[in-house]
Amino acid sequence: MAITAPGNLLMTTVERAARWARTRSMFPATFGLACCAIEMMATGAAHYDLARFGMEVFRASPRQADLMIVAGRVSQKMAPVLRQVYDQMADPKWVISMGACASTGGMFNNYALVQGVDQVVPVDIYVPGCPPGPQSLLHGILTLHDKIMAGEIQR
Amino acid sequence: MTDTNRPLVERFEEAIWETSHSQDVVRVPREQWREFAEAAKDAGYEMCVDVTAVDWMRARPERFEVVASLVSMSHRSRLRMVTTAPREDPEVASLAPVWPGVGFGEREVFDMFGIRFEGHPDLTRILMPDDWEGYPLRKDHAVGVVPVQFKRSHQVR
Amino acid sequence: MRDPETLDLWVAGTEEPQFQPTDEGTQEIGEAESGTRLREQMGTAVSDDYVFDDEIADEERTIVNMGPQHPSTHGVLRLQIELEGEVIRRTKPIIGYLHTGMEKTAEQLTFSQGPTNVTRMDYLAPFHCELAYSLAVERLLGIEVPPRAQTIRILMTELNRISSHLVALATNGMDVGALSMMIYGFREREPILAFFEKATGLRMNHNYIRPGGVAADLPPGWKDDVARILEEMPGRLAQYDDLLKDNPIWLSRTKGVGIITADEAIAYCLTGPNLRASGVDWDLRKAFPYSGIEQYEFEVPLGSQGDVYDRYRVKVEEISESLKIVAQAMEAMPKGDWRVDDEKITPPPRGRIDESMEALIHHFKLFTEGFKVPPGETYEAVESPRGELGCYLVSNGEARPYRMHTRAPSFYSLQGLPIAMADSMVADTIATIASMDPVMGDVDR
Repeated sequence: MAITAPGNLLMTTVERAARWARTRSMFPATFGLACCAIEMMATGAAHYDLARFGMEVFRASPRQADLMIVAGRVSQKMAPVLRQVYDQMADPKWVISMGACASTGGMFNNYALVQGVDQVVPVDIYVPGCPPGPQSLLHGILTLHDKIMAGEIQR
Repeated sequence: MTDTNRPLVERFEEAIWETSHSQDVVRVPREQWREFAEAAKDAGYEMCVDVTAVDWMRARPERFEVVASLVSMSHRSRLRMVTTAPREDPEVASLAPVWPGVGFGEREVFDMFGIRFEGHPDLTRILMPDDWEGYPLRKDHAVGVVPVQFKRSHQVR
Repeated sequence: MRDPETLDLWVAGTEEPQFQPTDEGTQEIGEAESGTRLREQMGTAVSDDYVFDDEIADEERTIVNMGPQHPSTHGVLRLQIELEGEVIRRTKPIIGYLHTGMEKTAEQLTFSQGPTNVTRMDYLAPFHCELAYSLAVERLLGIEVPPRAQTIRILMTELNRISSHLVALATNGMDVGALSMMIYGFREREPILAFFEKATGLRMNHNYIRPGGVAADLPPGWKDDVARILEEMPGRLAQYDDLLKDNPIWLSRTKGVGIITADEAIAYCLTGPNLRASGVDWDLRKAFPYSGIEQYEFEVPLGSQGDVYDRYRVKVEEISESLKIVAQAMEAMPKGDWRVDDEKITPPPRGRIDESMEALIHHFKLFTEGFKVPPGETYEAVESPRGELGCYLVSNGEARPYRMHTRAPSFYSLQGLPIAMADSMVADTIATIASMDPVMGDVDR
């Protein structure tokens, strides 16, 4: 005889429930640096709404944030600050490198920029574009959600 | 020679006046840099919108050229002042006592070229980190190109 | 009472430590890592702080650091504020956190690649950056751009002025607390950015205005898109006025706050809305007209006090004036070429490359080596939403600039910030910074 669960019970694993909670209310930290920051703000605005994913609260304090979207070019002077903000975030934390300059240094292959923010912090998702439109950024964020839900990112 | 510039032409005989693409340019000897600026401000150039420098390496007798762009709102005209600075220990008088707004511009020239401005209230690096060695916009400072895979056409200048 | 020393109890911390630390095996790693060096590596040491003078050390002054990462969405500006209680005595802006080395990169790129570089400088007004650069190159080349290209340039730059002021109003409102303003501003930007994407291919950083004209003609149906923008904007501006203009909270937070007088503004080389809000009638579109803008009728709004409220009002009215210019440009758009007809400068149309050997060779030379510009130097300035945006260009006859310097309006406007903030409250800092509208890409280049 099969054991059937009554209608008001949900069965899942603790892992899956934790992952679901983490992805559905990921708070980004404000780390908008340059042009990509404007597209990030446009993603949070009314037309491409980030609030439908629970992410419209951009927390100013890194202690309260889960996700750092590095939006823009990281200069030599800014790199220690970036690392410090990343260190101040509590686990679990994720990093999206938004735009060409954050991912690889972009078109500015010179003395002033860190050639890719992954020289400073570990990155989970790279979103290409100069600047990536809000749709690309949303695709990156949703890919991050999928990766966390699938268990690929063990944090 | 416009009426605005007439008092300057008469007072400074060693300055060389040119026209570059229908814009007035005056080459001022380095010793008279601040004096000329004060006279220009009295003559009607209320604002100095920009201070910058050019590194000519060995193409000119003096290596650096410091360029200040002036604007006269009352006479609706522009003037560009140019002076030179030598290769060793370049130093030019600061225009910050005349137009306080060039403070940041002169700090940037110091940061990027190493030209010192005597009389500047706070001559420190502004764009690069404080412990950066070298002056990035000099022609003998490397661009800092990081070799990128599959990109054969880069040149380190 | 039993003697505690004879009790057979173990109390933690009273026993002799088992292992005495010795120097055996320790090593000096290079030089001794002094605290300063470690702090520098971790990014917590600063060497450009204020130094306390002896005379003020007795008073109750504290130094507070704001930034470079802070929620006020103006980019990476760092302020060191010397406070006496709640009142600001001195402010020192520290910049350089977004320095990109654009001027050095410009020496590596050809003249037609230049706009891709400068356009990312003031990323809220990319057309203006491209226009300043292109005007400088055209002045050195000695060419005249056809009228259609000039009108397209004015159309695009004035639409860009509208979109940039919308961001300024949005962030200004959000920083002061009117969060709806953020939503309104970005909502209004979407149709304008959609039109830019249709015409140039990108929402921001377009690389559209190039030396010789513009990159491509306006797309078919552009008049409908622009007409729709022109139709909607006045109603939306009325919505903003409903929210902000006579709102007592807005008035008390912005009137009399962050005052810069006209003399201070001129002395500190402020330009643009910051200067005009202080009452000085100086607009480069009227004083040194460029690209045919003298044909259009528009007013230059002025403020009187130089406070945050006046800077806000100047921006709102500049949006209305720019709408007038856009309407006139749309009506007056001449037919013709959208770039100069010189095959040494303008690449041939793609179709011609298959037909003509010369076109192929010109295309090849233009895109590998670039066109050479006669030696000379020039300075061209345009009126960007932030002020006078100029490009000082020196060429020595090569295909790449010898020296390119951009006169960034926000760089010089930031010097007015300590003046505006002196002797005001900390809480007014955010409103003042937001009203001065610095764009850090412009400041640091």
